[in-house]
Amino acid sequence: MPSGLNELLNMQESALKVREARQELLASNIANADTPNYKARDINFSQTLQQVSQSRPGMKAALPLTVTSDAHQAGKPGGALAGAAQFRNDQQGSIDGNDVDIDKERMQFADNGVRYEASVTLITAQIHNMLAVLQN
Amino acid sequence: MSLFDVFNVTGSAMSAQSQRLNVVASNLANADSVTSSDGQPYKAKQVVFSAVPVGNDNATGVTVQKVVDDPSPPQMVYKPQHPLADANGYVAMPNVNVVDEMVNMISASRSYQTNVDTMNAAKTMMMKALTIGQ
Repeated sequence: MPSGLNELLNMQESALKVREARQELLASNIANADTPNYKARDINFSQTLQQVSQSRPGMKAALPLTVTSDAHQAGKPGGALAGAAQFRNDQQGSIDGNDVDIDKERMQFADNGVRYEASVTLITAQIHNMLAVLQN
Repeated sequence: MSLFDVFNVTGSAMSAQSQRLNVVASNLANADSVTSSDGQPYKAKQVVFSAVPVGNDNATGVTVQKVVDDPSPPQMVYKPQHPLADANGYVAMPNVNVVDEMVNMISASRSYQTNVDTMNAAKTMMMKALTIGQ
């Protein structure tokens, strides 16, 4: 049960974030359907959602890389979604090394889009619920 | 924001596919060009696609890495009355395979359409996100 007003929407917010990241990956797969040696990538939604909803901002700052020379790169601290994208690896690739199945990608893309819109509808409903409580 | 990267990804794919369509068009247009500025028959050209990161490290777009000449030999056609015929009466015609080019053309135009659909879907999602709280 959420304890504060702002925590009510946290879960849905994380869900939207993961859905967006997944949509981006699926769009990349569709765009690279003709690129030689491209391997399809995807996000495991439930696993990533757990990872994202557990890492709230301010809980734990990412450790910076130690830099001992000006020529060293500072490094980029990975966000909550770091490492979430994984190779799909579930079907044999074609002879040019590409393993994108365009039908599957388009199906997942449509599915992910509808679920995104469902989350948005849920958020709106929760906001309306809050408003109803405030007004009565 | 992730959904804006979808626009960049599909946009790069659309421009790559239209470049592929350009190359197909010039191959088809020059299927009978027996000579060119260097005196050789026209050589069929093909694009080479390459994945390129767009925005943050998850989004991957497409770019045309290079345009290569088809290395297959020219088609020799027997036309003794042709001004460019060799001593045996054969003319070197371009190595354009018209059937292959037509297949390439359909494939490029379908991929282009798919990316347009993807971009529209992402746009619908963003418009939906704008209705939060209404």
